[in-house]
Amino acid sequence: MEEILNLVSVHREMIYFVALSIFVGIEVIGSVPTVLHTPLMSGANAIHGVVIVGAIYVMLNVDTENILALILGFLAVLLGTLNVVGGFVVTDRMLEMFKKK
Amino acid sequence: MKHNILEICYLIGSITFIVGLKMMGNAKTARKGNLIGAVGMTIAIIGTIFLHDNEVSPIIYGLIFGAIGIGTIVGWMTAKKVQMTKMPELVSMFNGMGGACAALISIIEYSHMQHALDSVPSMGEITAIMAGLIIGTVSFSGSIIAYLKLNGAMAKPIRLPKYNILNTIVMIALLAFGAYMVVTGGNMTLLYLLFASAIIYGILFTIPIGGADMPVVISLLNSFTGLAAAFGGFLYDNKVMLTGGILVGSAGTLLTLIMCKAMNRPLSNVIFGAFGGGAATADAGAETNGSIKDIGVSDLAILMNYSKKVVIVPGYGLAVAQAQHVIHELELLLEERGVEVKYAIHPVAGRMPGHMNVLLAESNVSYDKMVEMDEINPEFDQTDVVLVVGANDVVNPAAKSDPSSPIFGMPILEVDRAKNIIVNKRSMSAGYAGIDNLLFYDPKCSMFFGDAKKALTTLVAEIKTL
Repeated sequence: MEEILNLVSVHREMIYFVALSIFVGIEVIGSVPTVLHTPLMSGANAIHGVVIVGAIYVMLNVDTENILALILGFLAVLLGTLNVVGGFVVTDRMLEMFKKK
Repeated sequence: MKHNILEICYLIGSITFIVGLKMMGNAKTARKGNLIGAVGMTIAIIGTIFLHDNEVSPIIYGLIFGAIGIGTIVGWMTAKKVQMTKMPELVSMFNGMGGACAALISIIEYSHMQHALDSVPSMGEITAIMAGLIIGTVSFSGSIIAYLKLNGAMAKPIRLPKYNILNTIVMIALLAFGAYMVVTGGNMTLLYLLFASAIIYGILFTIPIGGADMPVVISLLNSFTGLAAAFGGFLYDNKVMLTGGILVGSAGTLLTLIMCKAMNRPLSNVIFGAFGGGAATADAGAETNGSIKDIGVSDLAILMNYSKKVVIVPGYGLAVAQAQHVIHELELLLEERGVEVKYAIHPVAGRMPGHMNVLLAESNVSYDKMVEMDEINPEFDQTDVVLVVGANDVVNPAAKSDPSSPIFGMPILEVDRAKNIIVNKRSMSAGYAGIDNLLFYDPKCSMFFGDAKKALTTLVAEIKTL
């Protein structure tokens, strides 16, 4: 129990941060017209590609002797890039069609 | 110094994500919003690579740039080439990639921790690693199944006996396993076992869900991946991962709920499924009486040509038949003849909310001709002809009149208020919900059978001769 309370106390800034971000997320989506739901979902999909930052971070700290970690890290960066690039490009393609004629 | 600049990069990244997502909520600014998000992402990625304190061997840099290079080319090409009808499965695929990325990070970090003898990982760190692994992996395997389902490779929902109970047990076991790892610290073998279990759960979770509900599932898995990214941010105390991840997590969850609301079904209903199964189908057909009329192309051409107002109700069947262009041609032709033409877009038309708009916009249908359900419903009284193409459940009056119907309560396009209803279908088969459509037995309704593209092409040709 005390361990958990400690955890909360140590990470309280983080917890505030998380709580506020949740509200920002809800607020941002709040009043979106139905027509934009698919592009928005796709855009959000691209944004969680930010996980690639973690993958790069792992790679930068990995031991070059550790072949398995190198391979997995390489894969992680590759998959993250696919998520980011593919996500933004496909969203752009969807939104391109909404431009006024 | 470097570290401080990196923090600023992350701050910029976080802000662009919020601003970008916000701008994507408006048709005028949406494209710019997406671009702003992409710029922020690039800044965060470049910052992470170059603003680094440690000495990094060139091999590592080579691998990072190699991975980014390959990923960029493959991702770019795939996204550029994909047909618009295939978009939802592509989004699902990219989502799965993100989930897998998060899972791999957890695996590497865990093995790193096992080898590092000098420091004892905190409970918070292990929790973040386990959560990232479980959520990321479930999102990965779930997304791949969703991809295969939308792709048609696995069209039929597969239901193991008592799958609800089975899935719940597997989920609880998975969470308990994760908790066990957090408490005991576990070892590498157990971690791989956890990874495998999470893959299995992701499959079990998605496999019983029907094709029509896939968008909801993708949206949900999308927010899962967001969460997994956020746990990564927690692990590294990385603010841009946290903001991006949580933003997508909460926005994605809300979007999922909005989609469910448009179908008037609680989320639990989608996940635990009560739809398209055997039981509901059987009695829905019992009350249908009356007969079905069909209409020939020449009669239909005359009817439409001399109407004042025509409303087209497009469904996914239209997109599957690749008939968006010919429907636009029909629209232009009728307008030329002085007929007012509009499109009625149901919130869940297509495969995702808004998908139908994207598909129509692709064939140059003007944005303001697409009218949303609440706006068009009062207009049906003054509509001479409603042309339903490849849509079914969204115009089924049973949603209003028959409490025993599985879609009862779903808001529908009230096409039965129009003077004439024409339904283009390939055959009499039921829609995604697997139920009969009372609309077809309406005396005002006539069926115009045939593949949407071929049928509409002959219709256009026929109207031209008038």
